[in-house]
Amino acid sequence: MALVGVLALQGSYNEHIAGMPFSSLSDHIYVFWVLLLGVKGVEIKKPEQLENVASLIIPGGESTTMAKLAEYHNLFPALREFVKMGKPVWGTCAGLIFLADRATGQKIGGQELVGGLDCMVHRNFFGSQLQSFETELSVPELASKEGGPEVFRGVFIRAPAILEVGPQVEVLADYPVPANKWKDSNPGVEGHEENSGSEKKVIVAVRQGNLLATAFHPELTADTRWHSYFLKMATETEGASSSVVAVGADLDLNQPTKIDLPVFL
Amino acid sequence: MAGSGVVAVYGNGAITESSSNKSAFAVKVGLAQMLRGGVIMDVVNAEQARIAEEAGACAVMALERVPADIRAQGGVARMSDPQLIKEIKQAVTIPVMAKARIGHFVEAQILEAIGVDYVDESEVLTLADEDNHINKHNFQIPFVCGCRNLGEALRRIREGAAMIRTKGEAGTGNVIEAVRHVRSVMGDIRVLRNMDDDEVFTFAKKIAAPYDLVMQTKQLGRLPVVHFAAGGVATPADAALMMQLGMDGVFVGSGVFKSGDPVKRGRAIVQAVTHYNDPNILADVSCGLGEAMVGLNLNDAKVERFANRSE
Repeated sequence: MALVGVLALQGSYNEHIAGMPFSSLSDHIYVFWVLLLGVKGVEIKKPEQLENVASLIIPGGESTTMAKLAEYHNLFPALREFVKMGKPVWGTCAGLIFLADRATGQKIGGQELVGGLDCMVHRNFFGSQLQSFETELSVPELASKEGGPEVFRGVFIRAPAILEVGPQVEVLADYPVPANKWKDSNPGVEGHEENSGSEKKVIVAVRQGNLLATAFHPELTADTRWHSYFLKMATETEGASSSVVAVGADLDLNQPTKIDLPVFL
Repeated sequence: MAGSGVVAVYGNGAITESSSNKSAFAVKVGLAQMLRGGVIMDVVNAEQARIAEEAGACAVMALERVPADIRAQGGVARMSDPQLIKEIKQAVTIPVMAKARIGHFVEAQILEAIGVDYVDESEVLTLADEDNHINKHNFQIPFVCGCRNLGEALRRIREGAAMIRTKGEAGTGNVIEAVRHVRSVMGDIRVLRNMDDDEVFTFAKKIAAPYDLVMQTKQLGRLPVVHFAAGGVATPADAALMMQLGMDGVFVGSGVFKSGDPVKRGRAIVQAVTHYNDPNILADVSCGLGEAMVGLNLNDAKVERFANRSE
Protein backbone atom coordinates (compact mmCIF):
# COMPACT_ATOMS: atom_id res chain seq x y z
CA MET A 1 0.00 0.00 0.00
CA ALA A 2 1.39 3.35 -1.02
CA LEU A 3 2.25 5.73 1.79
CA VAL A 4 1.56 9.45 1.78
CA GLY A 5 3.74 11.34 4.24
CA VAL A 6 2.33 14.30 6.15
CA LEU A 7 4.84 16.66 7.70
CA ALA A 8 3.75 16.48 11.36
CA LEU A 9 5.67 19.26 13.06
CA GLN A 10 2.79 21.57 13.89
CA GLY A 11 -0.59 22.50 12.46
CA SER A 12 -3.42 20.63 10.79
CA TYR A 13 -1.54 17.41 10.11
CA ASN A 14 -4.12 15.21 11.80
CA GLU A 15 -6.78 16.53 9.44
CA HIS A 16 -4.62 15.61 6.45
CA ILE A 17 -3.64 12.20 7.76
CA ALA A 18 -7.18 11.25 8.58
CA GLY A 19 -8.42 12.84 5.39
CA MET A 20 -11.25 14.15 7.54
CA PRO A 21 -12.09 17.77 8.26
CA PHE A 22 -11.89 17.47 12.01
CA SER A 23 -11.28 14.18 13.64
CA SER A 24 -9.59 12.70 16.61
CA LEU A 25 -6.70 10.31 16.32
CA SER A 26 -9.06 7.50 17.26
CA ASP A 27 -10.95 5.31 14.88
CA HIS A 28 -11.79 7.86 12.21
CA ILE A 29 -8.20 7.90 11.18
CA TYR A 30 -7.14 6.48 7.85
CA VAL A 31 -10.74 5.93 6.82
CA PHE A 32 -10.63 8.26 3.86
CA TRP A 33 -7.16 7.48 2.63
CA VAL A 34 -7.34 3.73 3.04
CA LEU A 35 -10.86 2.99 1.93
CA LEU A 36 -11.33 5.58 -0.75
CA LEU A 37 -7.94 6.07 -2.26
CA GLY A 38 -6.08 2.91 -1.35
CA VAL A 39 -3.23 4.69 0.37
CA LYS A 40 -2.25 5.39 3.93
CA GLY A 41 -1.19 8.67 5.54
CA VAL A 42 1.78 8.63 7.92
CA GLU A 43 3.37 11.28 10.12
CA ILE A 44 6.79 12.64 9.16
CA LYS A 45 8.74 14.16 12.04
CA LYS A 46 12.31 13.13 11.20
CA PRO A 47 14.44 13.24 8.02
CA GLU A 48 14.87 9.46 7.78
CA GLN A 49 11.09 8.92 7.73
CA LEU A 50 10.96 10.65 4.33
CA GLU A 51 12.68 7.64 2.76
CA ASN A 52 9.59 5.50 3.27
CA VAL A 53 7.06 7.68 1.49
CA ALA A 54 6.36 8.32 -2.17
CA SER A 55 4.70 11.69 -1.73
CA LEU A 56 4.42 14.39 0.92
CA ILE A 57 1.84 16.85 2.22
CA ILE A 58 3.00 19.94 4.12
CA PRO A 59 -0.06 20.99 6.13
CA GLY A 60 -1.38 24.31 7.32
CA GLY A 61 -0.13 25.79 10.56
CA GLU A 62 2.21 28.57 11.59
CA SER A 63 4.96 28.58 8.99
CA THR A 64 7.48 30.23 11.34
CA THR A 65 6.88 27.52 13.95
CA MET A 66 7.15 24.75 11.39
CA ALA A 67 10.35 26.28 9.98
CA LYS A 68 11.87 26.49 13.47
CA LEU A 69 11.03 22.87 14.22
CA ALA A 70 12.33 21.72 10.84
CA GLU A 71 15.54 23.60 11.55
CA TYR A 72 15.95 22.11 15.07
CA HIS A 73 15.78 18.61 13.63
CA ASN A 74 17.66 19.30 10.42
CA LEU A 75 14.77 18.51 8.08
CA PHE A 76 15.44 21.13 5.43
CA PRO A 77 18.16 19.27 3.46
CA ALA A 78 16.00 16.14 3.33
CA LEU A 79 12.93 18.13 2.26
CA ARG A 80 14.85 19.93 -0.50
CA GLU A 81 16.21 16.61 -1.70
CA PHE A 82 12.65 15.20 -1.73
CA VAL A 83 11.43 18.09 -3.87
CA LYS A 84 14.45 17.87 -6.17
CA MET A 85 13.86 14.17 -6.81
CA GLY A 86 10.56 15.17 -8.38
CA LYS A 87 8.38 13.39 -5.86
CA PRO A 88 4.91 14.91 -5.49
CA VAL A 89 4.61 17.49 -2.72
CA TRP A 90 1.51 19.45 -1.77
CA GLY A 91 1.59 22.46 0.53
CA THR A 92 -1.50 24.05 2.03
CA CYS A 93 -1.23 27.56 3.49
CA ALA A 94 1.96 27.35 5.57
CA GLY A 95 3.03 24.52 3.26
CA LEU A 96 2.67 26.87 0.29
CA ILE A 97 5.07 29.28 1.97
CA PHE A 98 7.48 26.40 2.57
CA LEU A 99 7.48 25.47 -1.12
CA ALA A 100 7.80 29.00 -2.50
CA ASP A 101 11.13 30.20 -3.84
CA ARG A 102 10.56 33.73 -2.56
CA ALA A 103 8.46 35.12 0.29
CA THR A 104 7.66 38.54 1.72
CA GLY A 105 5.99 39.65 4.92
CA GLN A 106 8.05 37.36 7.08
CA LYS A 107 9.11 37.80 10.68
CA ILE A 108 12.19 39.85 11.50
CA GLY A 109 15.17 37.90 10.21
CA GLY A 110 13.07 35.92 7.76
CA GLN A 111 12.58 32.19 7.80
CA GLU A 112 14.09 29.26 5.99
CA LEU A 113 12.15 27.90 3.00
CA VAL A 114 12.27 24.61 1.15
CA GLY A 115 11.71 26.23 -2.22
CA GLY A 116 11.16 24.63 -5.60
CA LEU A 117 8.00 26.45 -6.61
CA ASP A 118 8.86 29.41 -8.84
CA CYS A 119 6.69 32.08 -7.27
CA MET A 120 6.60 35.02 -4.89
CA VAL A 121 4.31 34.50 -1.90
CA HIS A 122 3.12 37.08 0.61
CA ARG A 123 3.13 35.39 4.01
CA ASN A 124 0.08 36.97 5.60
CA PHE A 125 -1.50 38.70 2.63
CA PHE A 126 -5.09 38.76 3.85
CA GLY A 127 -4.26 40.07 7.34
CA SER A 128 -5.23 38.91 10.81
CA GLN A 129 -7.98 36.58 11.97
CA LEU A 130 -10.68 39.23 11.53
CA GLN A 131 -9.89 39.16 7.81
CA SER A 132 -10.06 35.36 7.63
CA PHE A 133 -12.92 34.23 5.44
CA GLU A 134 -14.58 31.49 3.49
CA THR A 135 -15.55 31.70 -0.17
CA GLU A 136 -16.61 29.70 -3.18
CA LEU A 137 -13.60 29.52 -5.51
CA SER A 138 -13.89 28.79 -9.18
CA VAL A 139 -11.74 25.71 -9.90
CA PRO A 140 -12.15 24.70 -13.58
CA GLU A 141 -9.02 22.53 -13.71
CA LEU A 142 -9.99 20.60 -10.57
CA ALA A 143 -13.56 20.14 -11.75
CA SER A 144 -12.43 18.85 -15.16
CA LYS A 145 -10.14 16.24 -13.57
CA GLU A 146 -12.19 15.24 -10.57
CA GLY A 147 -15.75 16.07 -11.55
CA GLY A 148 -18.15 17.67 -9.15
CA PRO A 149 -19.16 21.31 -9.03
CA GLU A 150 -17.16 24.08 -10.70
CA VAL A 151 -16.57 25.73 -7.36
CA PHE A 152 -14.68 24.70 -4.25
CA ARG A 153 -15.31 25.92 -0.71
CA GLY A 154 -12.04 27.65 0.15
CA VAL A 155 -11.31 28.36 3.82
CA PHE A 156 -8.71 31.12 4.17
CA ILE A 157 -7.19 31.40 7.67
CA ARG A 158 -4.72 34.26 8.00
CA ALA A 159 -3.84 33.07 4.56
CA PRO A 160 -0.91 33.79 2.25
CA ALA A 161 -1.36 34.67 -1.42
CA ILE A 162 0.83 34.28 -4.49
CA LEU A 163 1.73 37.62 -6.04
CA GLU A 164 3.66 36.45 -9.09
CA VAL A 165 4.53 33.14 -10.72
CA GLY A 166 7.19 31.92 -13.10
CA PRO A 167 6.44 30.59 -16.62
CA GLN A 168 6.49 26.95 -15.53
CA VAL A 169 3.69 27.45 -13.05
CA GLU A 170 0.10 26.58 -13.88
CA VAL A 171 -2.49 28.70 -12.05
CA LEU A 172 -5.38 26.55 -10.77
CA ALA A 173 -7.40 29.18 -8.91
CA ASP A 174 -7.33 32.88 -8.15
CA TYR A 175 -9.30 35.27 -6.00
CA PRO A 176 -10.24 38.92 -6.61
CA VAL A 177 -9.17 41.53 -4.07
CA PRO A 178 -9.85 45.26 -4.13
CA ALA A 179 -6.93 47.22 -5.54
CA ASN A 180 -6.58 49.35 -2.43
CA LYS A 181 -6.10 46.19 -0.37
CA TRP A 182 -3.31 45.20 -2.67
CA LYS A 183 -1.64 48.54 -2.21
CA ASP A 184 -2.00 48.34 1.58
CA SER A 185 -0.28 45.01 1.74
CA ASN A 186 2.38 45.71 -0.84
CA PRO A 187 3.47 49.30 -0.79
CA GLY A 188 6.58 48.52 -2.79
CA VAL A 189 5.23 45.88 -5.16
CA GLU A 190 3.60 46.71 -8.46
CA GLY A 191 0.82 44.44 -9.63
CA HIS A 192 1.91 42.20 -12.47
CA GLU A 193 -1.52 41.62 -13.90
CA GLU A 194 -3.34 44.31 -15.79
CA ASN A 195 -5.44 46.49 -13.56
CA SER A 196 -9.06 45.59 -14.20
CA GLY A 197 -10.87 48.51 -12.67
CA SER A 198 -10.94 48.47 -8.90
CA GLU A 199 -10.16 44.78 -8.53
CA LYS A 200 -7.05 42.69 -8.86
CA LYS A 201 -6.61 39.00 -8.60
CA VAL A 202 -4.24 37.12 -6.38
CA ILE A 203 -3.35 33.52 -7.10
CA VAL A 204 -4.43 30.99 -4.49
CA ALA A 205 -3.74 27.58 -6.08
CA VAL A 206 -0.91 26.53 -8.40
CA ARG A 207 0.82 23.52 -9.82
CA GLN A 208 4.34 23.23 -11.14
CA GLY A 209 5.23 19.73 -12.26
CA ASN A 210 4.86 17.59 -9.20
CA LEU A 211 4.43 20.48 -6.78
CA LEU A 212 0.91 21.48 -5.79
CA ALA A 213 0.16 24.43 -3.53
CA THR A 214 -3.02 25.96 -2.15
CA ALA A 215 -3.35 29.07 0.01
CA PHE A 216 -6.60 27.76 1.50
CA HIS A 217 -7.31 24.60 3.50
CA PRO A 218 -8.98 21.69 1.68
CA GLU A 219 -8.27 19.59 4.79
CA LEU A 220 -10.83 21.64 6.70
CA THR A 221 -13.70 20.81 4.37
CA ALA A 222 -15.44 17.56 3.51
CA ASP A 223 -14.80 18.00 -0.23
CA THR A 224 -12.01 15.54 -0.98
CA ARG A 225 -11.30 16.47 -4.59
CA TRP A 226 -7.99 18.22 -3.92
CA HIS A 227 -6.78 15.19 -2.01
CA SER A 228 -7.62 12.83 -4.83
CA TYR A 229 -6.19 15.29 -7.39
CA PHE A 230 -2.92 15.26 -5.49
CA LEU A 231 -2.98 11.51 -5.22
CA LYS A 232 -3.40 11.17 -8.97
CA MET A 233 -0.28 13.29 -9.38
CA ALA A 234 1.42 10.79 -7.11
CA THR A 235 0.25 7.79 -9.10
CA GLU A 236 1.15 9.35 -12.45
CA THR A 237 4.68 9.58 -11.11
CA GLU A 238 4.76 6.00 -9.90
CA GLY A 239 3.45 4.63 -13.15
CA ALA A 240 0.46 2.38 -13.55
CA SER A 241 1.35 0.05 -10.68
CA SER A 242 -0.93 1.65 -8.19
CA SER A 243 -4.22 0.31 -6.98
CA VAL A 244 -5.87 3.65 -6.55
CA VAL A 245 -9.60 3.36 -7.04
CA ALA A 246 -11.56 5.74 -9.19
CA VAL A 247 -12.92 8.67 -7.33
CA GLY A 248 -14.78 11.74 -8.36
CA ALA A 249 -18.38 12.24 -9.28
CA ASP A 250 -19.62 9.01 -7.73
CA LEU A 251 -17.70 9.59 -4.54
CA ASP A 252 -20.69 11.05 -2.78
CA LEU A 253 -22.87 8.06 -3.50
CA ASN A 254 -20.62 5.49 -1.94
CA GLN A 255 -20.14 6.93 1.48
CA PRO A 256 -22.31 8.33 4.21
CA THR A 257 -22.20 12.08 4.48
CA LYS A 258 -19.21 12.95 6.56
CA ILE A 259 -19.39 15.32 9.44
CA ASP A 260 -18.03 18.59 8.14
CA LEU A 261 -16.36 21.21 10.29
CA PRO A 262 -17.89 21.37 13.73
CA VAL A 263 -20.82 23.61 13.05
CA PHE A 264 -23.35 24.86 15.49
CA LEU A 265 -24.30 28.18 16.81
CA MET B 1 -24.43 36.59 14.20
CA ALA B 2 -27.30 37.17 16.58
CA GLY B 3 -30.66 35.60 15.93
CA SER B 4 -29.56 32.17 14.78
CA GLY B 5 -29.07 29.05 16.81
CA VAL B 6 -31.39 26.52 15.28
CA VAL B 7 -29.82 23.11 15.29
CA ALA B 8 -31.01 20.28 13.10
CA VAL B 9 -30.27 16.62 13.62
CA TYR B 10 -30.07 14.87 10.27
CA GLY B 11 -30.83 11.27 9.48
CA ASN B 12 -27.30 10.02 9.85
CA GLY B 13 -26.87 11.88 13.10
CA ALA B 14 -24.56 14.55 11.75
CA ILE B 15 -25.38 17.76 13.45
CA THR B 16 -25.25 21.00 11.62
CA GLU B 17 -27.03 24.25 11.79
CA SER B 18 -29.68 25.57 9.50
CA SER B 19 -28.54 29.17 9.42
CA SER B 20 -26.27 30.81 6.90
CA ASN B 21 -23.68 31.74 9.49
CA LYS B 22 -21.98 28.39 9.30
CA SER B 23 -18.88 29.75 7.65
CA ALA B 24 -18.25 32.27 10.39
CA PHE B 25 -17.88 29.56 12.99
CA ALA B 26 -15.88 27.34 10.66
CA VAL B 27 -13.36 30.15 10.13
CA LYS B 28 -13.12 30.70 13.90
CA VAL B 29 -12.43 27.02 14.54
CA GLY B 30 -10.11 26.97 11.53
CA LEU B 31 -7.50 29.18 13.15
CA ALA B 32 -7.52 27.00 16.25
CA GLN B 33 -6.96 23.99 14.00
CA MET B 34 -3.91 25.72 12.54
CA LEU B 35 -2.55 26.06 16.09
CA ARG B 36 -2.78 22.32 16.78
CA GLY B 37 0.43 20.69 17.88
CA GLY B 38 1.79 24.06 18.94
CA VAL B 39 2.66 26.06 22.03
CA ILE B 40 1.03 29.38 22.94
CA MET B 41 3.17 31.49 25.29
CA ASP B 42 2.25 34.31 27.67
CA VAL B 43 4.30 37.45 27.00
CA VAL B 44 4.25 40.87 28.67
CA ASN B 45 6.13 42.97 26.10
CA ALA B 46 7.32 43.04 22.50
CA GLU B 47 10.77 41.76 23.41
CA GLN B 48 9.34 38.63 25.05
CA ALA B 49 7.03 38.17 22.07
CA ARG B 50 10.07 38.11 19.77
CA ILE B 51 11.77 35.54 22.02
CA ALA B 52 8.62 33.40 21.90
CA GLU B 53 8.42 33.67 18.11
CA GLU B 54 12.07 32.71 17.75
CA ALA B 55 11.55 29.76 20.09
CA GLY B 56 8.83 28.49 17.77
CA ALA B 57 5.63 29.44 19.60
CA CYS B 58 2.61 29.16 17.29
CA ALA B 59 0.93 32.16 18.96
CA VAL B 60 1.48 34.54 21.87
CA MET B 61 -0.87 35.69 24.62
CA ALA B 62 -0.36 39.40 25.33
CA LEU B 63 -0.66 40.26 29.04
CA GLU B 64 0.35 43.00 31.46
CA ARG B 65 1.26 40.51 34.17
CA VAL B 66 1.78 36.77 33.90
CA PRO B 67 -0.45 34.68 36.21
CA ALA B 68 2.38 34.10 38.71
CA ASP B 69 2.65 37.86 39.23
CA ILE B 70 -1.12 38.27 39.43
CA ARG B 71 -1.06 35.75 42.28
CA ALA B 72 1.87 37.44 44.02
CA GLN B 73 0.63 41.00 43.67
CA GLY B 74 -3.10 40.49 44.13
CA GLY B 75 -5.54 43.28 43.33
CA VAL B 76 -7.90 43.38 40.37
CA ALA B 77 -6.50 41.91 37.16
CA ARG B 78 -7.97 43.46 34.01
CA MET B 79 -7.54 43.46 30.24
CA SER B 80 -4.08 44.68 29.14
CA ASP B 81 -3.45 48.17 27.82
CA PRO B 82 -4.40 48.08 24.11
CA GLN B 83 -1.20 50.01 23.35
CA LEU B 84 0.85 47.12 24.71
CA ILE B 85 -1.12 44.63 22.62
CA LYS B 86 -0.62 46.77 19.50
CA GLU B 87 3.14 46.87 20.12
CA ILE B 88 3.23 43.11 20.46
CA LYS B 89 1.17 42.71 17.28
CA GLN B 90 3.69 44.89 15.42
CA ALA B 91 6.64 42.90 16.70
CA VAL B 92 5.60 39.44 15.52
CA THR B 93 3.96 37.72 12.55
CA ILE B 94 2.38 34.88 14.52
CA PRO B 95 -1.20 35.21 15.89
CA VAL B 96 -1.63 37.38 18.98
CA MET B 97 -4.21 36.53 21.64
CA ALA B 98 -5.32 38.66 24.59
CA LYS B 99 -7.33 38.08 27.74
CA ALA B 100 -10.67 39.64 28.69
CA ARG B 101 -12.41 39.27 32.04
CA ILE B 102 -15.21 36.70 32.24
CA GLY B 103 -18.49 38.39 31.31
CA HIS B 104 -16.81 41.68 30.36
CA PHE B 105 -18.04 41.96 26.79
CA VAL B 106 -16.82 45.54 26.38
CA GLU B 107 -13.23 44.48 26.97
CA ALA B 108 -13.82 41.88 24.27
CA GLN B 109 -15.22 44.57 21.93
CA ILE B 110 -12.08 46.64 22.48
CA LEU B 111 -9.87 43.66 21.74
CA GLU B 112 -11.85 42.99 18.58
CA ALA B 113 -11.46 46.62 17.54
CA ILE B 114 -7.67 46.51 17.79
CA GLY B 115 -7.66 43.32 15.76
CA VAL B 116 -6.22 40.62 18.01
CA ASP B 117 -6.52 37.13 16.54
CA TYR B 118 -8.14 35.38 19.51
CA VAL B 119 -9.68 36.46 22.82
CA ASP B 120 -9.19 34.39 25.97
CA GLU B 121 -12.16 34.85 28.29
CA SER B 122 -10.09 33.98 31.30
CA GLU B 123 -10.66 33.10 34.93
CA VAL B 124 -7.09 34.27 35.60
CA LEU B 125 -8.34 37.84 35.42
CA THR B 126 -10.78 39.05 38.05
CA LEU B 127 -14.39 38.22 37.22
CA ALA B 128 -16.62 40.97 35.82
CA ASP B 129 -19.83 38.91 35.94
CA GLU B 130 -20.36 36.10 38.42
CA ASP B 131 -23.23 34.48 36.56
CA ASN B 132 -22.85 35.10 32.85
CA HIS B 133 -20.10 34.58 30.35
CA ILE B 134 -19.77 36.73 27.24
CA ASN B 135 -22.20 35.84 24.47
CA LYS B 136 -19.46 34.98 22.04
CA HIS B 137 -21.83 34.60 19.08
CA ASN B 138 -22.03 38.39 18.94
CA PHE B 139 -18.39 38.66 17.90
CA GLN B 140 -16.54 38.10 14.67
CA ILE B 141 -13.42 37.37 16.62
CA PRO B 142 -12.97 33.83 18.00
CA PHE B 143 -12.81 33.03 21.72
CA VAL B 144 -10.99 30.46 23.81
CA CYS B 145 -12.44 29.54 27.22
CA GLY B 146 -11.34 27.40 30.15
CA CYS B 147 -13.05 24.28 31.47
CA ARG B 148 -12.68 21.76 34.28
CA ASN B 149 -14.98 19.09 32.91
CA LEU B 150 -16.98 18.09 29.85
CA GLY B 151 -20.14 19.91 30.90
CA GLU B 152 -18.31 23.17 31.37
CA ALA B 153 -16.54 22.77 28.02
CA LEU B 154 -19.79 22.21 26.13
CA ARG B 155 -21.52 25.12 27.89
CA ARG B 156 -18.72 27.39 26.72
CA ILE B 157 -18.96 26.03 23.16
CA ARG B 158 -22.70 26.68 23.17
CA GLU B 159 -21.93 30.27 24.19
CA GLY B 160 -19.77 30.49 21.07
CA ALA B 161 -16.26 29.51 22.17
CA ALA B 162 -14.29 28.21 19.15
CA MET B 163 -11.49 26.71 21.22
CA ILE B 164 -11.34 25.16 24.70
CA ARG B 165 -8.47 24.91 27.15
CA THR B 166 -8.27 23.23 30.51
CA LYS B 167 -8.27 25.65 33.42
CA GLY B 168 -5.51 24.04 35.43
CA GLU B 169 -4.15 26.39 38.07
CA ALA B 170 -2.42 29.23 36.27
CA GLY B 171 0.70 30.73 37.82
CA THR B 172 1.41 27.81 40.15
CA GLY B 173 3.90 25.83 38.11
CA ASN B 174 1.94 22.83 39.38
CA VAL B 175 0.43 20.60 36.74
CA ILE B 176 -1.87 18.57 39.00
CA GLU B 177 -5.03 20.57 38.31
CA ALA B 178 -4.49 20.56 34.55
CA VAL B 179 -4.11 16.76 34.70
CA ARG B 180 -7.28 16.50 36.75
CA HIS B 181 -9.23 18.56 34.21
CA VAL B 182 -7.85 16.71 31.19
CA ARG B 183 -8.61 13.35 32.80
CA SER B 184 -12.10 14.50 33.64
CA VAL B 185 -12.94 15.67 30.10
CA MET B 186 -11.30 12.75 28.30
CA GLY B 187 -12.74 10.23 30.76
CA ASP B 188 -16.25 11.57 30.29
CA ILE B 189 -15.83 11.43 26.50
CA ARG B 190 -14.76 7.78 26.75
CA VAL B 191 -17.82 7.02 28.88
CA LEU B 192 -20.01 8.89 26.41
CA ARG B 193 -18.68 6.99 23.42
CA ASN B 194 -19.75 3.67 24.89
CA MET B 195 -23.12 4.94 25.99
CA ASP B 196 -26.42 3.87 24.49
CA ASP B 197 -28.01 6.72 22.52
CA ASP B 198 -31.07 6.50 24.77
CA GLU B 199 -28.97 7.35 27.81
CA VAL B 200 -27.46 10.50 26.35
CA PHE B 201 -30.44 12.67 27.31
CA THR B 202 -29.97 11.96 30.99
CA PHE B 203 -26.20 12.24 30.69
CA ALA B 204 -26.59 15.69 29.11
CA LYS B 205 -28.84 16.70 32.00
CA LYS B 206 -26.35 15.37 34.53
CA ILE B 207 -23.41 17.33 33.16
CA ALA B 208 -25.65 20.35 32.47
CA ALA B 209 -24.65 20.59 28.80
CA PRO B 210 -26.74 21.07 25.63
CA TYR B 211 -27.94 17.75 24.23
CA ASP B 212 -26.94 18.45 20.62
CA LEU B 213 -23.34 19.17 21.56
CA VAL B 214 -23.18 16.10 23.79
CA MET B 215 -24.37 14.01 20.85
CA GLN B 216 -21.86 15.61 18.50
CA THR B 217 -19.08 14.91 20.99
CA LYS B 218 -20.19 11.29 21.16
CA GLN B 219 -20.04 10.95 17.38
CA LEU B 220 -16.69 12.67 16.97
CA GLY B 221 -15.11 10.95 19.95
CA ARG B 222 -13.62 14.26 21.00
CA LEU B 223 -14.63 17.82 21.79
CA PRO B 224 -16.07 19.43 18.66
CA VAL B 225 -13.48 22.23 18.87
CA VAL B 226 -9.72 22.30 19.39
CA HIS B 227 -8.74 21.45 22.97
CA PHE B 228 -5.52 22.80 24.51
CA ALA B 229 -3.98 22.23 27.93
CA ALA B 230 -3.26 25.20 30.19
CA GLY B 231 -2.46 26.04 33.76
CA GLY B 232 0.70 24.91 35.50
CA VAL B 233 2.76 23.63 32.57
CA ALA B 234 6.39 24.44 33.46
CA THR B 235 8.65 21.81 31.84
CA PRO B 236 8.94 19.97 28.50
CA ALA B 237 7.83 16.84 30.34
CA ASP B 238 4.65 18.58 31.57
CA ALA B 239 3.88 19.64 28.01
CA ALA B 240 4.46 16.16 26.58
CA LEU B 241 2.31 14.68 29.36
CA MET B 242 -0.57 16.88 28.26
CA MET B 243 -0.12 15.83 24.64
CA GLN B 244 -0.01 12.14 25.53
CA LEU B 245 -3.21 12.58 27.51
CA GLY B 246 -4.82 13.66 24.24
CA MET B 247 -4.59 17.45 24.10
CA ASP B 248 -4.20 19.28 20.77
CA GLY B 249 -1.58 21.71 22.07
CA VAL B 250 -0.36 23.59 25.13
CA PHE B 251 -0.58 27.05 26.63
CA VAL B 252 2.45 27.97 28.73
CA GLY B 253 1.83 30.93 30.99
CA SER B 254 4.40 31.81 33.59
CA GLY B 255 6.43 28.68 32.87
CA VAL B 256 8.71 30.19 30.21
CA PHE B 257 9.42 33.74 31.25
CA LYS B 258 9.48 33.04 35.00
CA SER B 259 12.25 30.46 34.52
CA GLY B 260 16.01 30.87 34.56
CA ASP B 261 16.56 30.61 30.78
CA PRO B 262 13.40 31.52 28.79
CA VAL B 263 15.03 31.14 25.36
CA LYS B 264 16.17 27.60 25.97
CA ARG B 265 13.10 26.51 27.92
CA GLY B 266 10.68 27.96 25.37
CA ARG B 267 12.41 26.13 22.57
CA ALA B 268 12.51 22.88 24.57
CA ILE B 269 8.78 23.00 25.29
CA VAL B 270 8.01 23.64 21.59
CA GLN B 271 10.07 20.59 20.63
CA ALA B 272 8.51 18.51 23.39
CA VAL B 273 5.02 19.20 22.02
CA THR B 274 5.99 18.11 18.49
CA HIS B 275 7.90 15.01 19.61
CA TYR B 276 5.68 14.22 22.58
CA ASN B 277 5.81 10.49 21.88
CA ASP B 278 9.57 10.18 21.58
CA PRO B 279 11.24 9.81 25.00
CA ASN B 280 14.74 10.10 23.47
CA ILE B 281 14.06 13.54 22.07
CA LEU B 282 12.24 14.53 25.28
CA ALA B 283 15.32 13.52 27.27
CA ASP B 284 17.56 15.53 24.94
CA VAL B 285 15.55 18.71 25.12
CA SER B 286 15.06 18.47 28.89
CA CYS B 287 18.81 18.62 29.57
CA GLY B 288 20.37 21.70 31.14
CA LEU B 289 17.41 24.05 31.00
CA GLY B 290 18.40 25.92 34.15
CA GLU B 291 16.01 26.76 36.90
CA ALA B 292 12.28 26.06 36.42
CA MET B 293 9.71 28.50 37.76
CA VAL B 294 8.99 28.29 41.46
CA GLY B 295 6.07 25.97 42.11
CA LEU B 296 3.21 26.44 44.56
CA ASN B 297 1.74 23.64 46.65
CA LEU B 298 -1.99 23.63 46.09
CA ASN B 299 -2.69 22.10 49.51
CA ASP B 300 -1.71 25.43 50.99
CA ALA B 301 -4.96 27.16 51.97
CA LYS B 302 -3.52 30.57 51.07
CA VAL B 303 -3.30 29.69 47.38
CA GLU B 304 -6.45 30.96 45.66
CA ARG B 305 -8.13 28.58 43.22
CA PHE B 306 -8.67 30.54 40.01
CA ALA B 307 -10.37 27.56 38.40
CA ASN B 308 -13.29 27.69 40.83
CA ARG B 309 -14.16 31.27 40.00
CA SER B 310 -16.62 30.37 37.24
CA GLU B 311 -18.85 27.46 36.31
